Amino acid sequence: MIELATHDGVKIDLPDIDSSPLAVRGLTVSYGQKPAVFSVDMTVQPGAMTAIIGPNGAGKSTLLKAALGIVKPLSGQVTVFGRPLDSQRSRIAYVPQRASVDWDFPTRVLDVVLMGLYRELGLLRRVRARHLARAMDCLARVGMHDFADRQIGQLSGGQQQRVFLARALAQDADLYLLDEPFAGVDAATEKAIITVLKSLKAAGKTVVVVHHDLATVTDYFDHVFLINTRPVAEGPVAEAFTADTLQATYGGRLATAQVDQLARVLG
Amino acid sequence: MAGGWPRRRWTSWRACWAEAMLRDALLLQLGYNATLVAIGATLLGISAGVTGTFLFLRKRALVSDAISHATLPGVCIAFMVMVSLGGDGRNLAGLLAGSALSAWVGLLCLNWLTRNTRLAEDAAIGSVLSVFFGFGIVLLTVIQTMGAGRQAGLEGFLLGSTAGMLWADALVIALGGACTLALILLIRRPMTMVAFDPEYAAARGLPVYRIDLAMMGLVMAVTVVGLKIVGLILIVALLIIPPVTARFWSERSDRVVMLSGLVGGLAGYLGAAISASAPNLPTGPIIVLVAFGFFAVSLLVAPGRGVLAAVLRHLRFQRRVHLRQGLLALAQGQPIYERLTVRLLHRAGLVRADGVATESGRARAAKALRDEKRWEIVRADQAHEAAAALYDGLRDIETVLTRDQIDEIDRRIGGPQEVPA
Repeated sequence: MIELATHDGVKIDLPDIDSSPLAVRGLTVSYGQKPAVFSVDMTVQPGAMTAIIGPNGAGKSTLLKAALGIVKPLSGQVTVFGRPLDSQRSRIAYVPQRASVDWDFPTRVLDVVLMGLYRELGLLRRVRARHLARAMDCLARVGMHDFADRQIGQLSGGQQQRVFLARALAQDADLYLLDEPFAGVDAATEKAIITVLKSLKAAGKTVVVVHHDLATVTDYFDHVFLINTRPVAEGPVAEAFTADTLQATYGGRLATAQVDQLARVLG
Repeated sequence: MAGGWPRRRWTSWRACWAEAMLRDALLLQLGYNATLVAIGATLLGISAGVTGTFLFLRKRALVSDAISHATLPGVCIAFMVMVSLGGDGRNLAGLLAGSALSAWVGLLCLNWLTRNTRLAEDAAIGSVLSVFFGFGIVLLTVIQTMGAGRQAGLEGFLLGSTAGMLWADALVIALGGACTLALILLIRRPMTMVAFDPEYAAARGLPVYRIDLAMMGLVMAVTVVGLKIVGLILIVALLIIPPVTARFWSERSDRVVMLSGLVGGLAGYLGAAISASAPNLPTGPIIVLVAFGFFAVSLLVAPGRGVLAAVLRHLRFQRRVHLRQGLLALAQGQPIYERLTVRLLHRAGLVRADGVATESGRARAAKALRDEKRWEIVRADQAHEAAAALYDGLRDIETVLTRDQIDEIDRRIGGPQEVPA
């Protein structure tokens, strides 16, 4: 363990970079002249569920995308399990935002999940019974096995989200990165997703979620990473998810109702 | 009708002759040139249809328009270079190589503009297309004033010209088409992944930019191969119309790809045959019109996505909504105000002309009400999610659940187990 000082001076124990499933150092990403993410250090705890939290436009999704090399950072380093990102791609499963794709695309639910098996299937290998069985198994884990043959356009938002999760499960990865998986989904989906994520954690996997619902943070997550373009706080929920750190993250941007709700949650 | 019959006889003789020519053309019995053109056009249609599908799925169909227009300067420069080196300026392979080179430059310009400036892709396409095409026309004009002897009919590349097609030309087209097709089949999976979800593909480490570039390269190859037959202005139609047509018939990308190849191939073959069956029918435009014919038919009659199917579905849906609402109103003893509802109920023998329910009307109404309660249970129960997603207030619950499942639901509702159907 080494000690790092975050920007507001709170000292938090962090695992050293070599053992972290995802470590980011000095990451800055900019669209045009305004940085979306500025000089971020983040060290994800192995085998834990971490929430990335911050207001709209705070760079949560951008941080995730830059960590995955989907957007090019201006500066910074990313290591995955202590190694360069590109050598560890097969150990990472990413669940993008639902709205990032066109759901009128001509494909079935099963075909989307089979995309998760791209590493095994490669360019030309045939889809065999065992591949189909694995895809169906992943669909069953999110409660979507009865939907395998439906066109993806027929799904509700929550169902779409679960199909995306099933595709990530098919990769059988060690690190799962999810971008707002609970945004605009029904209660049943939220329950199904959190159950799957907790089972991943129980299996020793690491889960990182961009999250927006402050009320559920303490229920769902072990660790939080608070960000508002700059990193604000990082650590176990009990230590880093406090009224002070939230005030520092959101400034005056929390609605009164949210503050009241949080006061109840945080006690 | 004076003087009518000799004229009619003349037209019917012409019709007979045209029919015989078309039959011969379709059976490839119209001579060497026509056969070459038909085979070339078929292969071109297949590879354009297949390639175009990925472009269409990636929502970048119009990029092909920029690529095709960007071939013109290359054709002209290649001609000038070959002539100045003392060779034959009309060598097809040389002209195609030149066109490929300038199309590639155009593509890189387009990519650079969209990636590094704030120009949206449509504006970038417009700029590249017009500048390259304008430059090409200037070169073409210069060439045409270079000396009558050297006029090589380069303007034939604008709309295609198949009249003087040689065996070597056909071979170039066939080989190019076959290579393109093979390459597409090789990288179809990554291309599909990138088209559906580029961010996920990137997160998996797929080289999204290079896959896009490869796709554009294949489009360019098809364009270049098609210059001789359909020309650079109309090749975009062969890249776009077949996939759009195929999309009407399938919800699976692999099938859309195959259908699109089929539509493209058929359009190429039929178009070439039709244009060979009469003098002065231009091959390229006829191929495009045949492809459009397939599109128009699909637009109208395709089940699912076709216009007619949509209208019929809407009307049927409306009738079922009215019937269902009417039955529920009957079951609950409410008055029915909608005239259409009463008319439909009456026609189905469920109510008398005065609006009072008949025997079977009362039975159906009771069942409708019971089904409504069953659906309520189904929709509230997560275990029945897949069935609940099919709920539209109209579907017979028996088509979605098994008898056992329905019995189970009835037990939960309580009350009588059997309802007169």
